[in-house]
Amino acid sequence: MKNIGLALKKIKWKHYVNYVIVLAALIVLLIAGASGGLKASTNELVLKIAISIVLAVSLSIVVGFLGELSLGHAGFMCVGAYIGGKVAVVISEKLGGGIVTFLISLIVGGLCAAVCGFVIGLPALRLRGDYLAIVTLAFGEIVKVIFQQSKAFGANLGFDTLRYDKSFRQNFYIIALILVLVTLAVTQNMIRSKHGRAITAIRDNEIAARASGVDVTKYKLIAFVVSAFFAGIAGVMFACTFSTVQAPKFGYNYSIEILVMVVLGGMGNITGTILSASLITFLNVKLSTVLTGDLAVVKDLVYALILVLIVIYTNAPAFKTFREKHNLKAFTLRIFKPKKDPSRIRDDEAKWSNIPTKINMDELLTVDLKVQESVQSPDKGGKNK
Amino acid sequence: MDILSILINGLNVGVIYAMIALGYTMVYGIAKMLNFAHGDIIMVGGYAIYVFCAMSGSLPMFFGAILISVVVCTLLGITVEKVAYRPLRGASPLAVLITAIGVSYLLQSLAQIIFKSAPKRVAVPDLGKIMIGELGIKVSTLITLAVSVAVMIALSCFIRYNKIGRAMLAVSEDRGAAELMGVNVNKIITITFAIGSALAALAGLFYLLQSPYMTTTFGAMPGIKAFTAAVIGGIGSIPGAMVGSIVLGIIEAVCDAIPAVAPYKDAVEFSILIVILLVRPTGLLGKKRREKV
Repeated sequence: MKNIGLALKKIKWKHYVNYVIVLAALIVLLIAGASGGLKASTNELVLKIAISIVLAVSLSIVVGFLGELSLGHAGFMCVGAYIGGKVAVVISEKLGGGIVTFLISLIVGGLCAAVCGFVIGLPALRLRGDYLAIVTLAFGEIVKVIFQQSKAFGANLGFDTLRYDKSFRQNFYIIALILVLVTLAVTQNMIRSKHGRAITAIRDNEIAARASGVDVTKYKLIAFVVSAFFAGIAGVMFACTFSTVQAPKFGYNYSIEILVMVVLGGMGNITGTILSASLITFLNVKLSTVLTGDLAVVKDLVYALILVLIVIYTNAPAFKTFREKHNLKAFTLRIFKPKKDPSRIRDDEAKWSNIPTKINMDELLTVDLKVQESVQSPDKGGKNK
Repeated sequence: MDILSILINGLNVGVIYAMIALGYTMVYGIAKMLNFAHGDIIMVGGYAIYVFCAMSGSLPMFFGAILISVVVCTLLGITVEKVAYRPLRGASPLAVLITAIGVSYLLQSLAQIIFKSAPKRVAVPDLGKIMIGELGIKVSTLITLAVSVAVMIALSCFIRYNKIGRAMLAVSEDRGAAELMGVNVNKIITITFAIGSALAALAGLFYLLQSPYMTTTFGAMPGIKAFTAAVIGGIGSIPGAMVGSIVLGIIEAVCDAIPAVAPYKDAVEFSILIVILLVRPTGLLGKKRREKV
């Protein structure tokens, strides 16, 4: 028993939080499904949330970890949805509408999107920041226009996706959640590996990363390709969920919506991204049934207002001291004061994100003054402790 | 369609893009941010003209509407800058960008609540055509060209010879040094937003002269296109925005004239953007900046 307890303590639980969240959701749904079947609307909601999570997590590889802005993520999804959806229709004649067809279309759609990610990653090597953002935006629009005009994909009307077998459709939410788990596993393990460290090093300081021997070209391409691959997978899931695929859906606005999920969740924070993707999708679906017609805009208004307020609150330099005093971490620390036991501090516990990459002159000067003060009155400091 | 009329169409579209692109490029050069809400300021200007034209269709009233639209947009630009962007000065560029996107959504949904989603016809006076040789040119096109060129010349002179204009150049060159030299950076940024928004109002007017229908997404596509034009020219550079816009306008007119290419117009324009950025990563007239550690 003691060994098991020790083993449990050794596991870094924060690495597994995300899997636990998704698995818990899956178990709840399975129990609900077994006890009386899921309602069609619940099933669709779960699928939409799963698609959003895969999209948001894949975008966070580029935005949160590589630190480049991508405004064309829906373009990769569009490639996956069109090509994966079409492949499924074509091969279903021989293989039927079951899981084999789905898996083949999934891989083909994902790979096609990954190729696009490679192509769009190439200019990324020459461009930076805002210029790269506009190239990704342009890519998204180009993909949209090409699919919208091609006769093979039904031009403006889009094309009807394959109608899978009934048993497959009813249980598709299980596969969707497993795909979410796969996305999480690949993303988290990649970020925590050598490759991920290289990618975050590029984000923090590209020149320093290059100087320390990181192959910037290679790692930028890896980030783009992996991100595009999972966006393509989300596209195939989309084609499997809805009866038609239409290009206008994958426009610039959709890319922005995914970006908002990543930013609200906290960039580079996968748990936050999952939660915000689920919350935003849930609210979108629920509110669109409550508010209809011209009232539907009220939702957009509130959504935009909340977005602006949250970003100003979390980023404005004026609120910095307030934020540091009243955040969730400080709150939990106040309740559960952890005992600092020096023997239990591990070597790899250094907070890499807290190491400053740029020297702030103002902060250096203020620190100097404070040191002098405490030197003058050592007793005061002692009493406070 | 002969070459001359294609060229005139291209110039017409190009100068409208230039009016919008100037707003983007000035704000980028001075505040170092992409103002994604710029397209929606055009939309607000369009609705201002719609409201005041609906009261009376007479020509003097129309000029009054133009004036009011410019004033409304200028005030809106200043308000947005003060309320949404100023608190974020010094924050990460991505945060500012997301706020701009939020403001853009906010303006669009506000407009949709007030004016509903059905397209509105604006009572723009029909100015007719004049014939030059065999070529019929709309009077509105001529007005667009004349006014835009005049505005661009005036803006260039303002920036080169006026004290505030030179302060703008100084801020875009090096904000810290400009501040040390006694330039009030906050004031300059506000003025930049005001000028950019006033130009956006004019662009909205010219769009309405071409086709008098208003929707809430009126400014979205012109906004993205003008942004593309600003990047092609080299974002942050004022002559670059003008050159890039006219290049993009002519490309668009040529695509429109070839039936096989016309549906792929947007794809062609964006592909040209990507190609130009690959050959010259800072656009046609953009300055290269060496990166410092």
